[in-house]
Amino acid sequence: MSEADDTIISVRDMHKWYGNFHALKGINMEVKKKEVIVIFGPSGSGKSTFIRAINRLEEHQRGEIIVDGITLGHDVRDIEQVRMETGMVFQQFNLFPHLTVMQNIVLAPIQVRKWTKQKAEETAMQLLERVGIPEQAHKYPGQLSGGQQQRVAIARALAMQPKIMLFDEPTSALDPEMIKEVLDVMVELARSGMTMLVVTHEMGFARAVADRMFFFDQGEIVESGTPEKIFDDPNEERTKLFLSQILSH
Amino acid sequence: MDSTLPPLTERSSILRWMRQNLFGSWLDTLLTLLGSLIVYWALKGFLTWALTVAEWEVVSANLRLLIIGQYPLAQAWRLWMGLGFLIFLSGNSLGIWARDSKFYAALLLAPALLAALPFGEEPRKWLIALTLTGLIGWGLGRARPEVLKRSVITGWVIALPIFILLTNGLSESEIGFMPVVKTNLWGGLLLTFLLTAVGILFSFPLGVLLALGRRSQLPVVRLASVAYIELVRGVPLITILFMAQLMLPLFLPDNLTLDRVLRAMVGVTLFSAAYLAENVRGGLQAISHGQYEAGYALGLSGAQTMAFIILPQALRLIIPILVGQFIAVFKDTALVAIVGLFDLVGIAKTVLAQPDFLGLQREVYVFVSLIYWVLSYGMSYLSQRLEESLGVGKR
Repeated sequence: MSEADDTIISVRDMHKWYGNFHALKGINMEVKKKEVIVIFGPSGSGKSTFIRAINRLEEHQRGEIIVDGITLGHDVRDIEQVRMETGMVFQQFNLFPHLTVMQNIVLAPIQVRKWTKQKAEETAMQLLERVGIPEQAHKYPGQLSGGQQQRVAIARALAMQPKIMLFDEPTSALDPEMIKEVLDVMVELARSGMTMLVVTHEMGFARAVADRMFFFDQGEIVESGTPEKIFDDPNEERTKLFLSQILSH
Repeated sequence: MDSTLPPLTERSSILRWMRQNLFGSWLDTLLTLLGSLIVYWALKGFLTWALTVAEWEVVSANLRLLIIGQYPLAQAWRLWMGLGFLIFLSGNSLGIWARDSKFYAALLLAPALLAALPFGEEPRKWLIALTLTGLIGWGLGRARPEVLKRSVITGWVIALPIFILLTNGLSESEIGFMPVVKTNLWGGLLLTFLLTAVGILFSFPLGVLLALGRRSQLPVVRLASVAYIELVRGVPLITILFMAQLMLPLFLPDNLTLDRVLRAMVGVTLFSAAYLAENVRGGLQAISHGQYEAGYALGLSGAQTMAFIILPQALRLIIPILVGQFIAVFKDTALVAIVGLFDLVGIAKTVLAQPDFLGLQREVYVFVSLIYWVLSYGMSYLSQRLEESLGVGKR
């Protein structure tokens, strides 16, 4: 397999403006299949905007984003194709409160992938077992704890059998005692060979499973490298300063 | 030593309650006496009138007019059959979805209670038959819920078309099976019911579409929706009804004449849709952006996200407002009396024009009001139960 075939996400000189505010200033990133990428940086650095541009929840104005061979533009079918292959987990879970856990998970496979109800429900039960909450299948999201809800959200994204998983600060809205149960699921997923982009400040997670880390600040990638390099020998002052702030407590 | 005291047990008796709540202090006592005087004074006037002065013969003699207008008596069986179908479906539904509620089952006895009113021999038999139909439907629904669910839903979908078909008739000739009854003979509660049912049923989807149109990305769709909503909300219903009756024929080709009742139905529907659109828009705005994003991120299209995720939540939120709107439609249909249709209010006016019953407005309008109130309150009550069973505000 050649080098180019291995690339699943390719971002070149990508820019994003909100009105006059230049949120992302020329981002370049190549992600290979099965890579686990951790993105971190201060709030307002553009890291969430960046990850949300990968499945076009945010529109970029300049540059190029190619996901699984599809160039993201204004073509709705291209966008929907990319979204089918890309699972996303949100900070606020965004489960559908009017549907049971099971209904949350099977909705997209049935409506988008056109699976039969039976196939979708069998897959859903397997996923719920994988994230450790098969007994909650017929409850409503409002009846679950935050950690359980986020695990349902992961199962819901996985049900579409995506090639890439995007995590936008998946543990930031959780109580401390629930963070671990979600991280455990993510670690297991990373080790199973899923391509993952994770925006997070959970540095233990990064050290354990990340292949590469990217430090974002003020709309730019300040520094990138392996976790060892970033934690033990960062090149940039800004990276050092930020790491010392989030690791000090 | 165990120092915990047993909880205070309230010995509730009416007298005790009265002493606590009505005569707790001298001020309470004063207010209670004052309040009682006002209630007595108000009720005394009404009750004295209702029980001694009022001539209720005007209502009992014209009961049929008030209920079905000039609808020919020989064809009234069709209305009974239509009503029977609705009651059978209601019984079925209650048996399936409210199987444990004795209260709802008791509601099915309502036709039997109505039989106590001075309807005459024939209607009394029908009312008893309706009661039995409802109870049989209830029993079947309870016995075979899973089997019947689908057919009951289908039944509700076709219920109004069937009712209208029965009311209208099939055969053009006078002597054929179910001859057509012209709409100028439809009247009374029957017409009010049909105007309301059609108005609610058609304005609902139209209102949802207008609400979605108002939020559309496409400028033409958005502008058209806004223009429609604001135009219709800017004029009174009565002007729309007048336009439908008087102006519409001017725009239509000569050979095309729309039925007067149909025109009123269209007017009520178009009017109500504009208000519904704004209610639905309010519901849509209450749904967080994260819900859309979650749908899109899963690969659902915009339409699928709207249909499966956003609308179900938005509509559930606005059930109380929707029912308020439906009740308003029900009462607003009374305005068709002004453009010459004989709905409940229109027929009341003709009853009062009879030489025998001059000057009996109070009796007739009290009776008509009672009908409106019973049905409006029924809708309101059912919507509250619906909210409870959907868990609105809980999840």
